[in-house]
Amino acid sequence: MVERILVSTRKGLFTLSRNGGWDISGVDFLGENVSLAMHDPRTGNDFAALDHGHFGVKLQRRKPGGAWEELKAPAFPPKPEGFVDPDGWGRDIPWNVMRVWALQPGGADQPGLIWCGTIPGGVFRSDDDGENWTFLDSVWSHPKRKKWLGGGADWPGVHSFCIDPRDSATLRFGVSCGGVWRSTDKGETWDVTATGLRAEWVPPEQVYDPEIQDVHYLAQSRGEPDKMWVQHHNGIFRTTDSGISWSEITGVDPSTFGFAVAVHPQQGDTAWFVPGIKDEQRIPADGAFVVTRTRDGGKSFEKLTNGLPQRHAYDIVLRHGLALDETGNTLVMGSSTGGLWVSENQGDNWKAVSNTLPPVYAVCFA
Amino acid sequence: MPRVVFTQNLRRHIDCPECEVAGGTVREALEAAFADNPLLRGYVLDDQGALRRHMGIIVDGEALKDRNRLSDPVSSHGTIHVLQALSGG
Repeated sequence: MVERILVSTRKGLFTLSRNGGWDISGVDFLGENVSLAMHDPRTGNDFAALDHGHFGVKLQRRKPGGAWEELKAPAFPPKPEGFVDPDGWGRDIPWNVMRVWALQPGGADQPGLIWCGTIPGGVFRSDDDGENWTFLDSVWSHPKRKKWLGGGADWPGVHSFCIDPRDSATLRFGVSCGGVWRSTDKGETWDVTATGLRAEWVPPEQVYDPEIQDVHYLAQSRGEPDKMWVQHHNGIFRTTDSGISWSEITGVDPSTFGFAVAVHPQQGDTAWFVPGIKDEQRIPADGAFVVTRTRDGGKSFEKLTNGLPQRHAYDIVLRHGLALDETGNTLVMGSSTGGLWVSENQGDNWKAVSNTLPPVYAVCFA
Repeated sequence: MPRVVFTQNLRRHIDCPECEVAGGTVREALEAAFADNPLLRGYVLDDQGALRRHMGIIVDGEALKDRNRLSDPVSSHGTIHVLQALSGG
């Protein structure tokens, strides 16, 4: 049973502990912009990505029982003098890490390996628990990478990794906007597995282009790894063949727009979403903050409201703002307006831990 | 030798005492200052080695001209101030 939750916010990293109920037990980096945190179950290490704005992106690590220590942050290689690297919109991409947007431990059989995704969309790997980072030219130099588009963020970014539980050398990541990428050789080579994802906002001939799809988050069931989910800018998509083909889920009350998705660790047909009005407004429908849950692969959804504000609530849960624990029972979510809720029964009932936190970017169990 | 002075706001995050270092340009002087403190480099310069966008450098009262290469000369008795603006809420 997990005993800690790490909550990354605009003004610090908050730790929740289970003590009867969940409560805030500590804060680190108070006042600083913490964009993401990760717990590595193989070592017990915690990681925190900070964005100091003027001073750039930083990476911190805390070993079990130890203090935070700053590590060398992932950085792009030197851009050749005069080289122009246009994104899909034709804008020259700066080769500077602007945000650490994904941190993911490798498999249990890959000690020391950690994956990192950034904005702009670099993929990095560390083989020594985050001490040093290697930039993956296999992604950056891939011709299809050139088609990526900036979405809500100015530049395309890599935000979610899934390590295949059947074979740790197989991994996937989601890109906003760049589809779903897969490697079966630990990142040496890549292909795009986004057939069926649909972007309704581009010219008709590009609607199904795999490399421009605005994947908001990618999630894979470890117990049923063929079953994966994508919360997409355009709605909810699902695959039952490890991403070879994707199908769109429609007709969900109140909407299919959102950023986050969580999938049950054993039951790949069970997934949770936090819907909002698409897409310019990005607020809960009718000011009622809800979670939607399917248990049948998207054929039907329940709207979960117990314990969530149903009047004048304007909370949005960002892509890293929803997490599910290993048991598949405990959910945590934090909102852009500083709300934080935990459910111990798969979302049937929620309990507010705080309504006054700084804007929450990310939550994770630790 | 030129003197390098880092803004107080930076000292909140990382140890960076005032130092005297060898160098005939801002680049040379800063790289010498970073040699003993490699993490400090990333606070002042971006991945491409250019001055971070919201950072400023003043050399003997003059704003840095070459923000990419940091090729501005500095005299052996010169002072390099590394500054930054704070903004946001």
